[in-house]
Amino acid sequence: MIEESTTPTEPMLQVDQLVKHFPVPQSLWGLLTRRKAAMVRAVDNVSFSIEKGEVLALVGESGCGKTTIARTVIGLEKPTSGQIIFNGHLVDVVARQQHPEFAPLEPGSPGTPEQKVLPFVSLRRLHQKAQMIFQDPYESLDPRATIFDIVAEGLEVNGLARKRSERVEKVQRALDEAGLRPAEDYFWRYPHELSGGQRQRVVIAGAMVMEPDLIVADEPVSMLDVSIRADILNLLRQMRNQRGVSILFITHDMGTVAYFADRVAVMYLGRIVEIGPTRQVLQNPLHPYTQALLSVVPVPNPRLRRKRVILQGETPNPIHIPLYCRFQPRCPRAFERCTLADPSLMQPVRNVSGAVSGGEQHQAACFLLE
Amino acid sequence: MSESWVLIKRNLQEFWRAFHRNKMGILGALLLGSAVLVAVFAPLLTPYLPTDTIRDESGLGMTFASPSVHPPLGTDDAGRDVWTTLVFGARISLSIGFLAGFISMFLGSTLGILAGYFGGWVDNLLMRVTDVMLVIPDLPLMLVLVATVRQLKLNVSPLVILVLVIGLLYWTSTARLIRSQVLSVKERQFVARSRAIGAGHFYIMRKHIIPQVMPLIVANTVLILSTSILVESGLAFLGLGDPTRPSWGAMLNFAFERNAISNNAWWFYLPPGLAIVWVTLGCVMLGNVLEELLNPRLTAHHLEGGENMISRKEANLATRPVNLNRNEPGSIAGERSGG
Amino acid sequence: MALESTQTLLSIRHLSTEFTGSGGSLARAVDDVSFDIHPGETLGLVGESGCGKTTTMLSIMRLLPSSGRITSGQILYDGVDLLSLNEREMRRYRWKEMAMIFQSAMNALNPVVTVGDQIREPILQHDLMDHEAADRRVDELLDLVGISKARKDQYPHQYSGGMRQRAMIAMALACRPRILFADEPTTALDVMIQAQVLELLQHVQRELGLSVMLVTHDLGVVAEVSDSVVVMYGGKVAEYGTSDQVYNSPQHPYTQRLLEAFPDLNAPGEVLASIPGYPPRLNDLPPGCRFEPRCDQRIELCSRLSPELEEVTNLDHGSLTSGSKPFLRHLAACHLCTSLEKRQ
Repeated sequence: MIEESTTPTEPMLQVDQLVKHFPVPQSLWGLLTRRKAAMVRAVDNVSFSIEKGEVLALVGESGCGKTTIARTVIGLEKPTSGQIIFNGHLVDVVARQQHPEFAPLEPGSPGTPEQKVLPFVSLRRLHQKAQMIFQDPYESLDPRATIFDIVAEGLEVNGLARKRSERVEKVQRALDEAGLRPAEDYFWRYPHELSGGQRQRVVIAGAMVMEPDLIVADEPVSMLDVSIRADILNLLRQMRNQRGVSILFITHDMGTVAYFADRVAVMYLGRIVEIGPTRQVLQNPLHPYTQALLSVVPVPNPRLRRKRVILQGETPNPIHIPLYCRFQPRCPRAFERCTLADPSLMQPVRNVSGAVSGGEQHQAACFLLE
Repeated sequence: MSESWVLIKRNLQEFWRAFHRNKMGILGALLLGSAVLVAVFAPLLTPYLPTDTIRDESGLGMTFASPSVHPPLGTDDAGRDVWTTLVFGARISLSIGFLAGFISMFLGSTLGILAGYFGGWVDNLLMRVTDVMLVIPDLPLMLVLVATVRQLKLNVSPLVILVLVIGLLYWTSTARLIRSQVLSVKERQFVARSRAIGAGHFYIMRKHIIPQVMPLIVANTVLILSTSILVESGLAFLGLGDPTRPSWGAMLNFAFERNAISNNAWWFYLPPGLAIVWVTLGCVMLGNVLEELLNPRLTAHHLEGGENMISRKEANLATRPVNLNRNEPGSIAGERSGG
Repeated sequence: MALESTQTLLSIRHLSTEFTGSGGSLARAVDDVSFDIHPGETLGLVGESGCGKTTTMLSIMRLLPSSGRITSGQILYDGVDLLSLNEREMRRYRWKEMAMIFQSAMNALNPVVTVGDQIREPILQHDLMDHEAADRRVDELLDLVGISKARKDQYPHQYSGGMRQRAMIAMALACRPRILFADEPTTALDVMIQAQVLELLQHVQRELGLSVMLVTHDLGVVAEVSDSVVVMYGGKVAEYGTSDQVYNSPQHPYTQRLLEAFPDLNAPGEVLASIPGYPPRLNDLPPGCRFEPRCDQRIELCSRLSPELEEVTNLDHGSLTSGSKPFLRHLAACHLCTSLEKRQ
């Protein structure tokens, strides 16, 4: 049983130094000569936390690692190292892998500090309390399953609501809250009979039926028409307000972030390069990458003329990441310090022109802040 | 549950709608269906028993009597009615073909699904076994196997041996086909969603993989049937069948060995040959049409969505023609893919 | 982005295209669409899925699938009606006068032919120059789009996504066309690569005096690069004017709602609008205005009579743009925006 943590300030989700490397498939010669495999460093030491009822957006371009983080938090991928702490409980799969001498123990048992303090949660429990919404509403629903089956799948698989009447009631409520009314009309339809927006609502219903604490939404609206995006976003917002569910929102679209997120973390090549409250990050970006990104986002106002910082080249391969600042090769404001060391997230020392960024944490990984 | 019955009925209706327009499919179904009916109702269709000797007025057995003398298909070298032998032979040919076909389909599908889903060493092992079996020539291997088993003098009917040998050797192509389909289904997002929800391996295989792969299995089964029947005919022709219960292949064997050809008794060797062609052609036509209709790659949804509101996903029209049968007419203009 | 002259290069007049569906049903994907493109102009054709924008573009190039038919209208290119040409004559226009780039370069490029060869192919096809000159031209083009000449002999899969898009642009420019049609050219790209490609397009346009017709659903992209904008809905033109007019004083209710549905970076947290309902089924169209079922400003006339594309008039000031040069007029297909008499 996952108990609510008693300390009120404890975050709902805490990701601590998460690393996920994928080995590059080796050639036969490489295997024979036992050469060390090159690693794709998809996620390279990422830490963040999400409070109860908070929406954190993870922004970045393709290849920055945001989807990998989403999949790891949900349990679809096993981290290479690092910890995921969910509602005060250490997610089992990580500990088991790294420290096989651990066995699930009661808190307070002899052993390391983690064992003493943090109870474990199994991957199975995690699946119940953290749900994912995928990007493609056309692909995330089994075309041969009915809407009822799709929404009820979570219940069935986790042994919840064993009585059929109970299940029907839960599915009906989930569909209802997701805006598909009357719910019974949708029970026996197939996904291809619904529009993109409706399908995404089904996915949301399928996630909410488990009453999760965390929803990981991977680009949930990028494949929908603009005029219905707002509906889905508003629905997610409603879920957050009514049920206090936290949302980890993965996207590449700054506009949606502005609308929806409480805090935003900008990622580049497997690292968080800037993190802070949305308003602050958007209006006063500290990291040159964030500044460049914000300057090139297309704005539907032809009268607005702003200076666009268009970075040259493409995001480099996450296999060869330098030991110093990984953004340096493309950074328009790099200086000598940038090739000497790898910056970690820090708060601005000097008070940046005008804007007051006191109080809440607004950090960036850049030596310019020193 | 009444709802699932309604759904099944709906699916069948949709399938029928697509199917009945396809002439080749209907023809194939007719060919195969008529053969099955003949086999089932064999005793009703024949005035004689397969072992009866047809005698003429003087009491002499009529050997190699032509159809003009003894309709419809004359007699064989021992005076037995060819038509009766043919009709009862259908029973043998089709049952062996069907049984062997189902065994290889079942074996092939199961192994293909397991190999495709689990990957890793399971996949490697199964695929290497498949490779070995694909490399060894079928006919010599089967001859050796059947002959060896017979030598063992187990009290088993030669027909059963045939069924087992064919079934256990022909699963490989099905396994390969199903495996590759499973490999692609496995990567689809709804499977990932299922895993994220907490579904276990066997649940996913049962609920998500198998329904996607089933149409291919069904279509492939019909094609495998034709192979089985052909192989059985070949083996029987070589004398490995049961002489007391001849299949069409065995009839060809008799015709060959008992000089029907030199006696010009075409009514003895043509009919079984044509019968084999008839059934095989039916199977192949039906199987091809089924595969076309049921191929999961072509259908993101398996029903024709003419009346339904669907926003179509891709629209790279200048490089690929649009198939309007599957989509709402008009939703052609581009819709974007993910950023 | 400057318009070079007031002469029209391409004039679409009352274009209509139909698709024959299964069972013989007809869908009017494009209905009475008219607009003009001038030399050096960038026109953005905007709308959501199913509005007919891609079909319009394909109709102009006459690259429709077999179930499509252009049923009426004229496509005047430099005074010549392209619809009156046969296929052989039309081929002379394709790529030499009008070229196209697609959404996904990986789909449009041949994976087994080197990039250099693919760029050279249309040059040789149109018989413009001999092999040596063609080679030099390929080098020129690669330079123009920012690809190193050394990569001429590589295959598309060896290029990154942004580079493939550039290669596709180079290919399109091979025969010095005067109009470039771009179908969602940046939709599948990261925002930074998108910015690079758009910058390249603008650069190329300035250098070569090209006109560009950009078909997309992304209002932001259109605002960045377009001189004029055509907003389509349900196969018809809803609004047509300069970029400034359409974005800053949208007249058609659809345009207004669409702009409201676009999140604004500078005003985060505002309630985002959405448009209830669904786009119309093109084989089952209502008799009146196509947007009427979803419109919150509709009047009784809207469900009876489909509005024509006319100059926008204002209750107080009459035509907002009368007296302006023809290409600066602001048109909309809405009873509420146009002639007052109709409304009585």
